[in-house]
Amino acid sequence: MSTAAKPLEVHHAGVHAAPTSFWRKYVFSLDHKVIGRQYMFYALAMLVVGGLLATLVRYQLAWPGRPLAFMGKLAPEGMPGGQMLPEYYNSLFTMHATIMIFFAVMPLLIGAFGNFVMPIQIGARDMAFPKLNMASFWVAVPAAVIIIWSFFVTGGAAAGGWTAYAPLSAIQPKGQTLWLISLLFLGLSSLLTAVNFLTTIINMRAPGMTFFRMPLTTWSLFITALLLLLALPVLSAALIMLLFDRILGTTFFLPAGLVISGQPWTNAGGGQVLLWQHLFWFFGHPEVYIMILPAMGITSEILPVFSRKPIFGYRAMAYSMCGIAGLGFIVWGHHMFQSGMNPILGTTFMISTMVIAVPSAIKTFNWLGTLWGGNIRFTTPMLNALSFVSMFVIGGLSGIFMASTPVDIFIHDTYFIVGHIHYVLFGGSLFGAFAGLYFWYPKMFGRMMNETWGKIHWAITFVTFNLVFFPMHFLGMRGMPRRIYDYSQYTHLKGLQPMNEMMTIALFVLGAAQVILVLNFFLSMRRGPVAGPNPWHANTLEWMTASPPPHENFTGRIPAVYRGPYEFSAPGHGSDYWPQWEPPGPAPAKTHA
Amino acid sequence: MKHTIRLPGAARLFRAALFFSAAALAPAAAGALPFWLRLPEQASTYAPEVDGIFHLIMWITGVIFVVVELVLLAFLWKYRHREGRVATYTHGNNRLEVIWTIVPALICVMLALLSRRVWETIKEKMPHEALEIHVTGEQFAWNFRYAGPDGKFDTPDDILTLNQLHFPVGKPVIVTLTSKDVIHSFFLPEFRVKQDAVPGMKTRIWFEGNKVGHWEIACAELCGLGHYRMKGFVMVDTPADYEKWLAEQASAQAAEQPKTAAEGGPEQTQAAASPQKGGNS
Repeated sequence: MSTAAKPLEVHHAGVHAAPTSFWRKYVFSLDHKVIGRQYMFYALAMLVVGGLLATLVRYQLAWPGRPLAFMGKLAPEGMPGGQMLPEYYNSLFTMHATIMIFFAVMPLLIGAFGNFVMPIQIGARDMAFPKLNMASFWVAVPAAVIIIWSFFVTGGAAAGGWTAYAPLSAIQPKGQTLWLISLLFLGLSSLLTAVNFLTTIINMRAPGMTFFRMPLTTWSLFITALLLLLALPVLSAALIMLLFDRILGTTFFLPAGLVISGQPWTNAGGGQVLLWQHLFWFFGHPEVYIMILPAMGITSEILPVFSRKPIFGYRAMAYSMCGIAGLGFIVWGHHMFQSGMNPILGTTFMISTMVIAVPSAIKTFNWLGTLWGGNIRFTTPMLNALSFVSMFVIGGLSGIFMASTPVDIFIHDTYFIVGHIHYVLFGGSLFGAFAGLYFWYPKMFGRMMNETWGKIHWAITFVTFNLVFFPMHFLGMRGMPRRIYDYSQYTHLKGLQPMNEMMTIALFVLGAAQVILVLNFFLSMRRGPVAGPNPWHANTLEWMTASPPPHENFTGRIPAVYRGPYEFSAPGHGSDYWPQWEPPGPAPAKTHA
Repeated sequence: MKHTIRLPGAARLFRAALFFSAAALAPAAAGALPFWLRLPEQASTYAPEVDGIFHLIMWITGVIFVVVELVLLAFLWKYRHREGRVATYTHGNNRLEVIWTIVPALICVMLALLSRRVWETIKEKMPHEALEIHVTGEQFAWNFRYAGPDGKFDTPDDILTLNQLHFPVGKPVIVTLTSKDVIHSFFLPEFRVKQDAVPGMKTRIWFEGNKVGHWEIACAELCGLGHYRMKGFVMVDTPADYEKWLAEQASAQAAEQPKTAAEGGPEQTQAAASPQKGGNS
């Protein structure tokens, strides 16, 4: 790690002229800010799709078998007469998870916030490889088209779960092939992004922007990019192997003697079923951290700003993220405790999994330390960031249950797991994304979002989120398996219908509340008060430049960086914030205010 | 021989923890809690041990959860913005960092060591003398195979049942699992048993029923469109009832010998077993 970044040529002059044509400016743009906004709209649209799929899943769980008339017209094959078929149900939760993970949360946190914020935060004029950046986005577009298209092919969309366990995924109808191709596109997109982020962060920091003066959002994206770079090729390899098993007659995951529906499966022999799981989870567990780390970074960014206090334990925050990244690669087996993997290996993975709880604990305590003694303002971004902290605690602690191998025997593949992942991915990642959205919206669009409506949106989301997802732990404790179309088949699960019904109704409210966010988002673009460069009185470089930032981010020279990113309430300094770009000495008159 | 779970010498802490959580949860056992706050009934000998760890973790994480959330709320209240308030200027505290690194690490390692013991009992060490049953999952049914009078598997006198698992109370059972088609997972919630049935592999799990009764087997691994109805039944019988059932099965099967001996495809197994379904239960 270099202690001071060398300013590159590109820092000094606008080497690229601002594009003028509509196509170059808004569609095939090389500007990281435009690409970031493109990712944002892409992710938000897919978030709506993924959310609607979830409501259908929950409808079936609340009222198993009750017809839904309008769906009979929308999806006559999957829901003839409005009556949901089990295979359609399987498609719904498979696509819900796939879309939320790969098409909503990742593009939102990494594609949108990462692209938009990171280069400005480090004082760069753009990404290291703007064309590669454009390619990342435009490779992700066909992925979305293919995954949506897969709903309309014979046999419907993939129905083997987002984990696509072989051999089920090898014998599924055509939708699974499209699922594989779509994720291959997306894998390429993320890989290009990872290379670009790493290169940019390592090489293009402004003078004075050392690694340990980087804002924690940038730190989190740096670690995330590293995880993407190392984990995604493994997923892509596994996807290609499965694709070959499906269309070229290979048998990577197909052992001899498979008999499907009474017929010997001709294309089988020599394969290893568990190989898929090892490859998938070698990617899959780092993937969880890929989705949570940027949200942790955003939270670490927002808490100091609205506590008016430096982040507590900056280095501990950075090192704990490095720890998560390292340990994240040796815990994948905890998804496979009951898979038939050697139980002795299970013990090994349990220990590494227990240890990975530690960096997360460190982060939580440091967030609390940041609040301690602060001067806390409850803005919408802050409320969402605080929700991240309080909900991530639940998601983190519930993870300890399944890390324990004997407890996992019981709760594995039950709703307990579903509750856990939603506390991490919705309570964590999505609240982090909401926090980032409210925080950087003024920077992205030049106007403030409405605070009152923002708070109403937050309050309803927070309450209904807990009503939907907390009871999942109870369902799991009763032994309700996940991915189950009709639990009323089981006498031991029958009593759970009222709880499921309550959860579904809460989800309807949760979904409806998102309309507030959508309206606030679009209406504020025209009507919101003009933000100015630094509406939150924050210290990092993105708040130095205009909102929205001009082409190549900074007018004139690249700023020099004089201090860490969270110098709030420094004694002897005139105001309660001390931006990174302000030269030392007594507080000068602020020209940007 | 009765298979007992032996706790090696250094397990006092573990036992104390189990007692503590058991005592603390006495109201739960007494039925003071609504059913959805309780784990299902304990029908196997090791179910209390699994639940002991579960409750121990619940207590530890529960206390951490309450303390962290209360501290969070207290800070939000105490340090809320008021006119003239100035935030404390601090970058952290290394001693605190060390404390809150080491304490969670110790708790987690302790939990891992306690868990390891129970895990070893359930999945690593198989009982020496046990009733062996072979289970083959298929879309969407469970095939059970008993060795039959000759005590050997894969001989013509094997007893085959569909979705009906019988075994005697108080005797360990070793189940060897495999699958014909895709992955299934053999889940007996009341026994705290779950083990995937994987095509091309044999996986094993043991358990011992501690009470007579009827429960359900669920498939816990998504296995296709009929996954939700891949349901089986567990019947834990008294030893006498079990012997009686076994004898009935053997004679019924002997009468149908020509059919079951051929036993090639799954359709046949199913066809042979399906009509008996009513008689079995």
